[in-house]
Amino acid sequence: MSQTLESYLALSAILFAIGTFGFLARRNAIAMLMSIELMLNAVNLSIIAFGAFIPELNGDAAVIALMVMAVAAAEATVGLAIVIAIYRNRRTPLVDEYTQMRE
Amino acid sequence: MGMPTLVTLLLVLPMVGFVLTALVGRRLATRAGIIAVPIIVLTWLIAMIVVYTALSGGFGEEGLHFTLYEWIPAGEFRVPFSLAVDNLTACLLIVVTTVGMLVHVYSVGYMAHDPGRWRFFAYLNLFMFSMLLLVLAGNFLLLFAAWELVGLSSYLLIGFWYPRRSAAIAAKKAFLVNRVGDVGFALGIMAIWTTVGTLEFGEVFELLPEQFHAGEIAPWMLFGIALLLFCGAVGKSAQFPLHVWLPDAMEGPTPVSALIHAATMVNAGVYFVARANPIFSLSPAAMTLVAAIGIFTAILAASIALTQKDIKRVLAYSTLSQLGYMFAALGVGAYIAAIFHLMTHGFFKGLLFLGSGSVIHAVHEEQDMDRMGGLWRKIPVTHWTMLIGALAIAGIPPLAGFFSKDEILGGAFENGFYLVWLIGAFVAFLTAFYMFRLMGKTFYGPSHVDPTVEPKIHESSRWMTIPLVLLAIPSIALGMVLGLPLGEGLIDQWLEPVFEHAQENLGLTHEPVQLFGIDGLIIIGSTAVAAFGIAIAIRLFGFHWPLRGSDTAPRPERVAELTQRAPALYRASFHKWWFDDLNHVLFVVIGGRIANGLWWFDRAIVDGTVNGVGDVVQGAGRDLRRIQTGRVQNYALGIAVALIVVAVYFVIAVAG
Repeated sequence: MSQTLESYLALSAILFAIGTFGFLARRNAIAMLMSIELMLNAVNLSIIAFGAFIPELNGDAAVIALMVMAVAAAEATVGLAIVIAIYRNRRTPLVDEYTQMRE
Repeated sequence: MGMPTLVTLLLVLPMVGFVLTALVGRRLATRAGIIAVPIIVLTWLIAMIVVYTALSGGFGEEGLHFTLYEWIPAGEFRVPFSLAVDNLTACLLIVVTTVGMLVHVYSVGYMAHDPGRWRFFAYLNLFMFSMLLLVLAGNFLLLFAAWELVGLSSYLLIGFWYPRRSAAIAAKKAFLVNRVGDVGFALGIMAIWTTVGTLEFGEVFELLPEQFHAGEIAPWMLFGIALLLFCGAVGKSAQFPLHVWLPDAMEGPTPVSALIHAATMVNAGVYFVARANPIFSLSPAAMTLVAAIGIFTAILAASIALTQKDIKRVLAYSTLSQLGYMFAALGVGAYIAAIFHLMTHGFFKGLLFLGSGSVIHAVHEEQDMDRMGGLWRKIPVTHWTMLIGALAIAGIPPLAGFFSKDEILGGAFENGFYLVWLIGAFVAFLTAFYMFRLMGKTFYGPSHVDPTVEPKIHESSRWMTIPLVLLAIPSIALGMVLGLPLGEGLIDQWLEPVFEHAQENLGLTHEPVQLFGIDGLIIIGSTAVAAFGIAIAIRLFGFHWPLRGSDTAPRPERVAELTQRAPALYRASFHKWWFDDLNHVLFVVIGGRIANGLWWFDRAIVDGTVNGVGDVVQGAGRDLRRIQTGRVQNYALGIAVALIVVAVYFVIAVAG
């Protein structure tokens, strides 16, 4: 494994791309939420990488990463709660069947 | 009771009569006039008290002027409900209430068999209210409201027999033609408001000349105001070119023709121009215009009256012609003569119309004079009273028409309008001729009445003959009572203060009448002309000489021969100079096309633009709605694509 910033950023970009693809392609609401987590973690990875390789950012990067985790946890909680609420009403986790609010 | 209360009662009583008759009239059946008629008699009595007080100087120099309440309080624009009585108003009150009362009485007999009589009496009372408001109004706006109200009552009464198509159309025609004039009138009132900032008669007539003399108002502005106001008068008094409605208005019941379309409402224009004399007299151009329109209408209408076959239409054109006389008098500055003629004409033309109604009744609703004749023996009261009316309008001394007509002609001559005088004298000749043509065709010679109707001809009931007799009295005597001595009679004493300023503006001095000078010649001349006209008519259409007891036989063959000699003139007169056809071409055909074109423009261009904008927005909305799928992933795809585009751009443009 090469110890360069670029390799970490490349991994982060791949993870983000997978997350994006998952979010756009999957129809299951739970899977979409999981994709979002993947994207957030990709971002987190790049933040940590920057923190490790650039001395001026030392320390601050970890704080930002922690903040992102907290927000991600909160978002996942609310998102899952909504998905479960909709599931109880509609008996389906597939988002393209949630057409109630279309005109 | 104070005078203001009495004057207010003049308005309240007819209104009460109208409301009561309209509400309970249907249940009164044959006694429909039981409220309406007495209430108008009472109004007449009160009016006489007011008139007496006014003319004996009870209201002082300026007349009575009082405000009932603030009618329109709108910021700067305040119009009180103010009433005014001066000598001019008093003169009008005499005619309006007296003829009005007699027509009401007459209508009891005339409308006795009409199922809609309660409606008739209700409308008549409404008209009396409107007309009294018109003469009593103390400011322009109130006068305008009354002006429209008399127009409304006129419309309702012309179209009284509305199932008859011609009556309904005539009513509409009268209403529409009047509107044309009223537009000008309304604009004139607005112009006054914007110039002097008040609409009260007294203030306007003081401020307007003041500002004019101070140079704040240009002469053309004053002329414009006078012209606009005159438009209204032209419409209401049926002067050329808006004269076409009055003859058609004869579709209404005859009492209506007598009251509204001869004695009162059509005089409103004359009254108004006389009332506004401080404005008109400051604009020489406006005065000349008034005189020109007046005298032109006089001769135009008189020439049409020569050949009409319908007895009421002859009288209608005669009314037009006499109104033209009055306007001519106003135009030449002979204001007193105009009002004098208005009064005498009101009585004798009312008499003639009521008489014609009695004739029409006698021959069972026949109005064509070719189907009358020889009636004088069968309906003597009608005949004698109408003969008095005819002599009065022809201007034979000492009947009423002689004095007033002579004052007009004398006034025109004295003030230097020789052309007006000349045409006026010729119109006097025509008037005498067509009136005695009417008398001859109706009353003398062999009978042409339908043989089935002939034995049933009888004199009308007392309800109708008594008003005729009562109207004949002023037709004989009013001229002598008011006009003697010439130039200094009662009428001059009454009205001189009213027109004092106008006379000053015009620079006219009141010279004593020279009976043995030029005035005497004019009197002899106009009398001779009238006598000549009567003589020709008698030779052609017959007569019964009252004192000798002998008859002059009519000579229809001579009439036919004379008609043959000038066929073009005869046709022009018979077809009323084709004014109705001209109006048809101008306004119905050409105007209709223009209106159609404008309608197309409105539909295609104006509506098209507005609707087009709406359509584009709606279409855009309908199409753009498709991108709002409601699927989160579609939106996210959009965001992702945009993000990639931005990133690529950044990499190429900035980093690259």
